[in-house]
Amino acid sequence: MLLSLLIILPLLTALAILFCKGLKQVRIVSLIGASAQFIFSFGVLFEYWKERASGNTAQFLFDFNISWFESLHIHYHVGIDGISLAMILLTAFVVIAGILVSWTQETLHQEFFLLLIILSAGAYGYFISLDLFTLFFFLELAVIPKFMLIGIWGSGKKEYSAMKLALMLMAGSALVFVGLMGLYFSTGINGAHSFDLLEISQMHISTSVQNTFFPFAFIGFGIFAALFPFHTWVPDGHSSAPTAASMFLAGISMKLGGYGCLRVATYLMPDAAHRYSPVIILLSTVAIIYGAFATMMQKDLKYINAYSSVSHCGFVLLGIGMLTQTSITGAVLQMVSHGLMTALFFAAIGMIYSRTHTRMTEQLGGLLKVLPFISTVFVIAGLCSLGLPGLSGFVAEVTVFMGSWQNPDQWYRLATILACASIVVTAVYILRAAGKSVMGPIRNRQYDHLTDAHWNERLAAGILVTGIVAIGVAPFWLYDLITPGTEYIIQQVGKAITLK
Amino acid sequence: MTMIMGIDFLVLMKQEWMVIAILFILLFIKVSGDDWQNENILKLVNILMFINLMTGFFGYRDGILFNEMFKTNHLIVTEKNILSLGTFIISLQSYSWLKNNKQVIEFYLLLLSTLLGMFFMISAGNLLMFYLGLELSSIPLAALANFDLEKRKSGEAAFKFIISSAFASGLLLFGISLVYGTTGTLTLSGISEHLDGSPLQILAFILLISGFGFKISAVPFHLWTADVYEGSPVTVTSYFSVISKGSVLFVFVTVLYTAFKSYAVTWNHILFIISVFTMVTGNLFAIRQNNLKRFLAFSSISQVGFILIGMSGQSQAGTASVVYFILIYTFSNLGAFGVISLVSAYSGKENIEEYRAFYKTNPRLSWVLAISLFSLAGIPPTAGFFGKFFLLMAGAGQGNYLLITIAALNMVVSLYYYLKIIKAIFMDTNENPIDKLLTPPSPKLALIICTTGIILTGFIGYIYEYIYSMSTIF
Repeated sequence: MLLSLLIILPLLTALAILFCKGLKQVRIVSLIGASAQFIFSFGVLFEYWKERASGNTAQFLFDFNISWFESLHIHYHVGIDGISLAMILLTAFVVIAGILVSWTQETLHQEFFLLLIILSAGAYGYFISLDLFTLFFFLELAVIPKFMLIGIWGSGKKEYSAMKLALMLMAGSALVFVGLMGLYFSTGINGAHSFDLLEISQMHISTSVQNTFFPFAFIGFGIFAALFPFHTWVPDGHSSAPTAASMFLAGISMKLGGYGCLRVATYLMPDAAHRYSPVIILLSTVAIIYGAFATMMQKDLKYINAYSSVSHCGFVLLGIGMLTQTSITGAVLQMVSHGLMTALFFAAIGMIYSRTHTRMTEQLGGLLKVLPFISTVFVIAGLCSLGLPGLSGFVAEVTVFMGSWQNPDQWYRLATILACASIVVTAVYILRAAGKSVMGPIRNRQYDHLTDAHWNERLAAGILVTGIVAIGVAPFWLYDLITPGTEYIIQQVGKAITLK
Repeated sequence: MTMIMGIDFLVLMKQEWMVIAILFILLFIKVSGDDWQNENILKLVNILMFINLMTGFFGYRDGILFNEMFKTNHLIVTEKNILSLGTFIISLQSYSWLKNNKQVIEFYLLLLSTLLGMFFMISAGNLLMFYLGLELSSIPLAALANFDLEKRKSGEAAFKFIISSAFASGLLLFGISLVYGTTGTLTLSGISEHLDGSPLQILAFILLISGFGFKISAVPFHLWTADVYEGSPVTVTSYFSVISKGSVLFVFVTVLYTAFKSYAVTWNHILFIISVFTMVTGNLFAIRQNNLKRFLAFSSISQVGFILIGMSGQSQAGTASVVYFILIYTFSNLGAFGVISLVSAYSGKENIEEYRAFYKTNPRLSWVLAISLFSLAGIPPTAGFFGKFFLLMAGAGQGNYLLITIAALNMVVSLYYYLKIIKAIFMDTNENPIDKLLTPPSPKLALIICTTGIILTGFIGYIYEYIYSMSTIF
C-alpha cells in the first residue's frame, strides 16, 4: 500500500489544483505536492535500505497485489526493486524542478500544472507496476498530457510536433500491446493466462513465441526511448515543448521506453533478447553516432540538446543490447544520469530563452557576463553531457563501455569502440555551443540589462545539480541500489543461454 | 398452472410492459387534447424513462415464453438496461432541441416504439420474432430521421435509410427463409442442431451476415451511414449510432454464438475480413470529414470494426467484451453527441473549423467533449481504453495476431483524427468562436452521467466481472 501513495499523492495534488484560483494558489499547491512526493520518494528509499539491511532478499519489495479484473487475470500489482527505485527518484527530481521553472506560467496555468502532475502520476505508476496491464495503462496515460502540453503551450511548429509525438508514441504502444498479448496468451497453464511480471519471468516461454513478440515489445518501447530510426519525434517534440514539458519529456518519458525495453522485453524474453542483440547493438550504435553528428549541425540550443538526447539514449539501448551485468547496470545509470542532465540542460535553455527570446547560438554570446548563474548551470549540464569525471555522465558512460567490452565478440567490441569515439564528437558540439552562447563578448547590447536567475530557478537548478554531482562523486550508493535488480535480469539471460 | 403462466408473462416481459405503459401514457396525453407545456411533457417523459431504467435492475428472472419466441436471461436484461440507459441519456440531451418543437409527443412515441422493437429483437429466440422486432425498430427510425421537417436533408436521410433498410431486411428475410428451408426450424437452438454445411445453408448464412452488416454499417455495407447521420437531427443521429447499432450487435453476437456456433471457423474468417475493411475504411474516411456528424458516423463505423474483432474471440470473453464495450461506447459517443447537439441547437454550427478556440468560451463543455473523444480513441484513464483493450484481447485469444496488429495500428490512425478535433478546440485561434453556452439542467445531467460513466466504468472491475459472469449462457 506504501507504494500506491506514489500514485495517490499526485492525484490528490491534481484534485487540489482543480479547486485553486489564480496562478499563486495553483503553483503553491503544485509545489507542495511535488515536494511531498520528493520527500516521500526518499522515504521509500530509506525504507528500502532498511528492508534490505534487515535481510529481505525478495526481488521486489513492498509487494502489493489485488485483483482488478479477475476473469482476465489482471491485477493491480506493484512493487519495486533497485532499478525502479532509481527511476522513481529520478522522476521526483525532475518533477520538482519542472514545477519550479514553470513558476511564472501565466497562460492557462491551472491546466498546465494539472497536466504536468498527471504526467508525473503516469510515470510513477509505470515504474512501480509489476503487472503488464497496469504498466501498459500508465505508459499510454503519459502520451496525451504531452500532446496537450506541447500543442497548447509550445513554440514554433508546435502543432506538428505535438501530433507527430502523439502518433509515434501511440504507434509504439500499439506495438507494445501486440507484444504483451503474445506474452499473455503464451503463459497458459490450464487456460489461466497471466500478466504478472513475476509469474511470467518464472515460466519458460517458448523460443518461437519469444522470437515473434520480442521485436514488437522492444521496438514499441524503443520508440519511446528514441530507438533509431524511430527517433524522429524527439527533436521536434523537445524543441517545440515548453521548458517544463521538455524536461519531463527527456527526463522522464524517454526513460519509460528504456525501462520497458529492459524490464519487459529483455527480462521476460531473454532468449529473443540474446538472438536480437546484434540488431539492437547495430541500431543503437547508429543512433549514438548519427545523433552526435546531427547535433553538430544544429544551431538551436533546444535542437542541440534534443539530438544529443538521441545519442545519449543510444547508450541506454547499447547497454541493454550488450547483455552483460555491467552494461545493463550502466544502462540504468545512464537513464538516471541522462534524465537529470538533460532536465538541467532544458531548464537552463528555458531560462536563457525567457530572457533573450532566442535560442540560436549565433545570436547569443557572452551570457556568462550578464547571466553568470544560468550560464554556469548551462556549462555544468554540458560538461555532464560530454562525460566529465565527477559528474554523473562519466560514471554512466564508463560503466556502459566497460560492460560492453566484456563481450568477447569482435563485432560487439567494434560497436563499443565506435560508441566510445562518439564522445569526441559530443565534446565538439557541447564545447562549441557553450563557447558560442555563453563565452566571448556580449553580441547583443540589449542583453546588458538581463536579470540573473530568480530563487525558483536557482532552486530548480540546485536540485538537479545536486543529483548530478551526488552520482558523479559517489556513484556507489546508486550502483549498489541497481545491481541486485540487474542480477535477476542477467540470471534470466544466463538461464536462456544455458537452456540452449 | 395458468396463474403461474400469467405471472411469468408479466415478470419476464417487465421491461417491454414498462415501455408499452409509457407509450400509452403519452398516447393518452396526446388524444385527450389537453394543452400540455412542452417542458412539462419533457419532464414527465424523463421521469418515466428513469423509472423504466430502474425497473430493469430489479427482479431478474430467466425464462422462455411462447415456444422460444421470447426468452430472457440476465445477459439479455443487462443488454436492455444498456439500451434503456442510452435512451434515457438521449432523452435528457434532446431537451434544448425539443423544447420549442410542436411534435414532442410524436417524437417520443416513435422513439419508444423503436426501443420496444429492439427489446423484442434482443429477446427473440426465433428468427421470425427477431425479424419482427427489427422491423418495429427500423421503420419508426426512418420517421425519426425525417424529424427536422423544414430541412430537405432530413427527408433525404429518411428516404435513404428506409430504402437501404428495406434492402437489408430483404436480404435477411431471404436468408431466414433459406435457413428454414434447409433446417426446418427457426428457433436459434433448433438451427444449431440441424446445421450440416450444405451449400444452401452457407448461402443463407452469408445473406444473414450481409443483412446484419447493413444494420451495423460494417464495410462494405456502410454506404448509407454518413448521409443518414448527417441529415438527421443530432439527437436522432446519436440514437442511430449508439442504440440502434448496439441492439443489432447484441443480436448478432447471440445469433453467431448460438445458432451458428458450428460455423465458427467460417465466421471467424468472415469477421476477420469485414473487421479489417471496416476499421480501415472508417478511419480513412473519418480523416477527411469536416462535418462533425459525418465525422462521428465514420468514426462509429471504425468502432464497429473493433467490436467485430471482439466478436471473433471465444464465446464468453468475446461476448463479455462486446457488451462491455457497447456500454462504454454508449457513454463516450453520447458524451460527444451531447456537446455537439447543444452547440448545434444554439448556434447551428456543426463543422470542425467552427469549433476552433471552443475552449476559450466553453471550457467545461470542451473538457467533456475531449474526454469523450479520448474514450472513443481508447486512451487511458478513460473507460474506452479498457473497452478496446478487452475487445482486442478477446480477439487475440484466438491467436489471430495479424488482426490484432492491424487493429492496434488502426487505433493510431483513429487517434490522429480525434486529436485533430482536440487541436481545433484547445490550440487553434478563432476570431469568431462559438458563444458561451448556458447548459440547461437536463442536458447537463446527461453530460454528467456520461462523464462519470467514462471515468469510472473502467476502474470498477466489478462491472466487467458481472458482465463476464453472465456471458456463460450460450
